[in-house]
Amino acid sequence: MKVLVPVKRVIDYNVKARVKADQTGVDLANVKMSMNPFCEIAVEEAVRLKEKGVATEIVAVSVGPAQAQETLRTALAMGADRAILIQTDQDLEPLAVAKVLKAVVAEESPELVLMGKQAIDGDNNATGQMLAALLDWPQAAFASEVVVEGGKAKVTREVDGGLQTLDVDLPAVVTADLRLNEPRYASLPNIMKAKKKPLDVKELSSLGVDTAAKLKVLKVTEPPKRSAGVKVETAADLVSNLKTAGVL
Amino acid sequence: MAVLVVADHDNSALKDNTHKVVTAALAISGDVDVLVAGTNTAALAGEAAKIAGVRKVLTAESAELGQGLAEAFQDVVAGLMGGYDAVLTPATTQGKNFSPRVAAKLDVAQISDVIEVVDANTFVRPIYAGNALETVQSSDAKKVLTVRPTAFKAAAEGGSASVESVSAPAAPAKSRFVDQQIVKSARPDLGAAKIVVSGGRAMGSAEEFQAVIEPLADKLGAAVGASRAAVDAGYAPNDYQVGQTGKVVAPELYVAIGISGAIQHLAGMKDSKVIVAINKDPDAPIFQVADYGLVADYKAAVPELMSALAAAGK
Repeated sequence: MKVLVPVKRVIDYNVKARVKADQTGVDLANVKMSMNPFCEIAVEEAVRLKEKGVATEIVAVSVGPAQAQETLRTALAMGADRAILIQTDQDLEPLAVAKVLKAVVAEESPELVLMGKQAIDGDNNATGQMLAALLDWPQAAFASEVVVEGGKAKVTREVDGGLQTLDVDLPAVVTADLRLNEPRYASLPNIMKAKKKPLDVKELSSLGVDTAAKLKVLKVTEPPKRSAGVKVETAADLVSNLKTAGVL
Repeated sequence: MAVLVVADHDNSALKDNTHKVVTAALAISGDVDVLVAGTNTAALAGEAAKIAGVRKVLTAESAELGQGLAEAFQDVVAGLMGGYDAVLTPATTQGKNFSPRVAAKLDVAQISDVIEVVDANTFVRPIYAGNALETVQSSDAKKVLTVRPTAFKAAAEGGSASVESVSAPAAPAKSRFVDQQIVKSARPDLGAAKIVVSGGRAMGSAEEFQAVIEPLADKLGAAVGASRAAVDAGYAPNDYQVGQTGKVVAPELYVAIGISGAIQHLAGMKDSKVIVAINKDPDAPIFQVADYGLVADYKAAVPELMSALAAAGK
């Protein structure tokens, strides 16, 4: 079974994003970038499926600038077999990315697309669901457990209030939640080996996909700051303060 | 222009999120209809019809809708969009699950987690774990939005909308519901509670979490939350998680106990009216957003807090 794993290069999750003074966006110059944490979980799950003998080939794909090759090399070092970069300097909306991924699916014919539930920059939580809809495939979003057998995937999903288990026919799109697994670190020998694995770079324009933006960002601003609080000495002080504030 | 709101419910009761999203919808248009899709829709539609400002309630009933299958919701909602200019869905796991499918079927962008409606085409949403707010203008003819319920006040009761049923689409053959495990709780719903008491990694064990956090929550009539660290360590179930990847809450009072305050956690609670932090590390980032901070070991502070509350008549 072939598994396609879309991965995204984003600001490192430990970095506090800073808004540009001209309100055009978030300042990404000289900021540490990494693979989106949910994408790491998706790669890890694909590698585990391969180690169980379920998956035969893992293809990592990224849509983004030339630097996204580093992100793909990370996926290769974790255990993906080959990688594809759809290169563009445009910042694409989730629907455009889903359309690009649909074109990649048409070429690669995977039986499973395994991806993160959301990217920590745009926080959209939409691309996987959109891809499933465009392909007319079933989806299992926010997966915390995936069992593939007999042309189906049994997926436990994290939902408000608890867990839900679905049975989806393959091919399907599964999006990974935090608790699906603990991603491995790429070892140095694997990082060296990953440099020799195939990485195809294609220009976005060669796919003939309409990626025009549908949303115009008018401004990006800082959220309102909270005013500085006070430290109290005892629990009794705390309770009297809360009574004064009218929240008890 | 007309706007459709997809109701949030558990097949037995309508959730307050529905009222909040109706408020967001009324900021776009005066013509707001509510779709109740699931099972037991007749009773739920009666509740939805009472929300002030609602023009009409539509019901769609099928087992698959009751199970929340995204494919079924996509079909019924996309099928109705011929008559609407926008669809608003609460940004719950259920809403996040199907709404992007509707957007893709309509070939429009989804605007996720809207916290402010500027005008019918312009919306504000948080990005980068709430560290920035993005104002976007849509050029799509039809808008697909998920709405962060905690950013809007609940619409009042007092309406008397008409109810009509629409046909539920045929069952999606490619995905099937197997089962679910819902955590039962007598406490208020985390997303809607006025007071939330959250515990972090400092609790050290599930037993300690239950022994410390839950009695305090019960005393305050509060919902219980947890940091990701506490959930990952198994101290609390994962639907307790407050944060960027868990629930976003904005209660009147948020009490963070033994929580350092990572940016991913702050993204889920920093819009609370009053934040209290109890942490023995005076440099913990949680103190930068806390209105009242108590630098103390929770082991001593929580029992003192319990007795101070008792002394104050709680």
